[in-house]
Amino acid sequence: MFSAFANPARFMAFSAGAAPALFVGALILFATGIPWALFYSPADYQMGDTARIMYVHVPAAWWSMGVYAFMTGASFVSLVWRHVLADVAARAAAPVGAVFAAICLITGSLWGAPTWGTWWEWDGRMTSMLVLFITYLGYLALWAAVEDEEKAARLAAILCLVGAINLPIVKFSVDWWSTLHQPASIMRSGGSAIHPEMLGPLLTMAGAYLLLFGALTLMNMRSAIHRRRVENARLRGAQA
Amino acid sequence: MSAFRATFQRELLLLWAGGGALAPLGYFLGATMLVPLAMGPDRALLAVAGPPLVWIAAALAVLAMLERLFQADLEDGSLDQMLLSRAPLELIMFAKGAALWCAIGLPLAIAGAPAAIALQAPVERAAMIVVSLALGTAAFIGVGLVGAAVTASVKRGGVLIALIVLPLFAPPIIFGASVAAGQDVGAAISILAGCALGAAAIGPVAAAAALRLQAE
Amino acid sequence: MSARGPFQDKPSIRVEALTLSRGGRVLFEGLSFAAASGAYVEVHGSNGSGKTSLLRAIAGFLKPSAGQVAFDGVEEPALATHYVGHANAVKREASVRDHLRYWAGLFGGAASEDFIAQTLDLGRVLTLPVRVLSQGQARRIALARLIIAPRPVWLLDEPAASLDESGKAVLNELIASHRASGGVVVAAVHEPLGATPSQIVRVPR
Repeated sequence: MFSAFANPARFMAFSAGAAPALFVGALILFATGIPWALFYSPADYQMGDTARIMYVHVPAAWWSMGVYAFMTGASFVSLVWRHVLADVAARAAAPVGAVFAAICLITGSLWGAPTWGTWWEWDGRMTSMLVLFITYLGYLALWAAVEDEEKAARLAAILCLVGAINLPIVKFSVDWWSTLHQPASIMRSGGSAIHPEMLGPLLTMAGAYLLLFGALTLMNMRSAIHRRRVENARLRGAQA
Repeated sequence: MSAFRATFQRELLLLWAGGGALAPLGYFLGATMLVPLAMGPDRALLAVAGPPLVWIAAALAVLAMLERLFQADLEDGSLDQMLLSRAPLELIMFAKGAALWCAIGLPLAIAGAPAAIALQAPVERAAMIVVSLALGTAAFIGVGLVGAAVTASVKRGGVLIALIVLPLFAPPIIFGASVAAGQDVGAAISILAGCALGAAAIGPVAAAAALRLQAE
Repeated sequence: MSARGPFQDKPSIRVEALTLSRGGRVLFEGLSFAAASGAYVEVHGSNGSGKTSLLRAIAGFLKPSAGQVAFDGVEEPALATHYVGHANAVKREASVRDHLRYWAGLFGGAASEDFIAQTLDLGRVLTLPVRVLSQGQARRIALARLIIAPRPVWLLDEPAASLDESGKAVLNELIASHRASGGVVVAAVHEPLGATPSQIVRVPR
């Protein structure tokens, strides 16, 4: 994937068409998925209509992790091959992933209120999602704090890789910890097999999130590259 | 004398000259003291919440040591000399972490026993708490090296370090506090040892990679 | 140190078409020069031209954007250089002797403490912490690294900064004996140190 984007000029030409196309695709999938999920899929036999929040919540959870995996890959490429576009890609994806994680936490809380009777439950999934969200914040804060952009990119890449080792350990330890602290009576959201008629809208929404992620990341990358070009031109002007 | 030993001795000397474990220990005990002041002296309540809070205090005490860990070396040129050493930077980072653990981590672990007992942990659990805190501070310092290294060039990086390092502190906190609370001690302590080993292996390598960039 | 010196393999460095940039800004492009065994190269250039960055690139701290620095006649380029920068790399709390011992461990040194203290006139302050010493004395401690462990290439950034007359004389003696033993010295300076350089490199602006 990265070799196709090897040089920034080719990337700019490619993304000029790809970003709007992905965005339109995302809009179409949202326009299909949202009515499908809200009106044409069966209500959960236990939770009724509140379960429909799942169609927003679950894809956000999936892709907040997916985006971090993408950033890990980009960070690895950045560190090993010192590739400029990989830096830009990791940085561009981070805010999208952070927002997905935030959506997941907020909808999880909204979902929890009627079903668990509490706005926040320290169960394994919610807690590891919170740690993921904080990891995103730390990553973004480090980028913002280091002045030299090239240095910031490499340091953030190191942090991203360390985070990628940490997150599965957190997931494991939080699971261990919640079995220790919680009675098993609390119902787990994804524990039971999903109704096949729910799968259609869920996968549509997941696809919509993915296309949205692609579109936003490409747009972020484009604006970052434009900004670098402007800065370089200014510097050259100042030096001449 | 090997580069490892030279670094270890020098870091101990500098930590000692800077007050040694005095400030972190005082901070640790002070933070522990605030717990009953905030919660009230109810014994039953303290017995549940106290021992885990000892872990929070220990984590914060280590965190407070991290901000200046590499900043001074970067500013006064010491880092350049470490890069020219005949030992790899990773090993020097390990020596630095080991010195920090001996100077700060071990005293904190030992002070953890009276602190936990004051917060109504059963006396017979004290030894286990010391062992777990010794492992836990090693894990904190290992991952702390990474946070300190990536933020070494950031002025007033204290809050940033905390934000970066706290998610990395989550696993040792979970297992450490389980030991302190007396839950599933055997499993918790072996996983905690795993955390410490992992952090001691990954921390110096990642910190060295970050510091090579910082020296550019 | 004898004239034949410890560096039998005729160490030398070649800087080839070096381009350095910092923070996205190009400092200079295509700089080339060579320094043979026994050479003393003075680097001249205005403030901000990249003299320090050039030395840091030779030391291997700064990765060049293009070009390279090649070492000949040295076993391990990573261990071939001593770098004395603007900052002295000394700690206020540690004594002079602590520094000498630490560096001996770090660089694998053999030179005796007495010899170093005598050469640099640090004997009287050997046990004192750096915080009570003067800037010039701190500079002498930094220069001690050069003789603790023999390394063929010395990279000196304004080495005479805050040194008094006798300090400068000692520095020139050190440079002379290093050259006589076959070593290479590259120094970035504003004011010539006194010794006649074998070559002057101007960092272009």
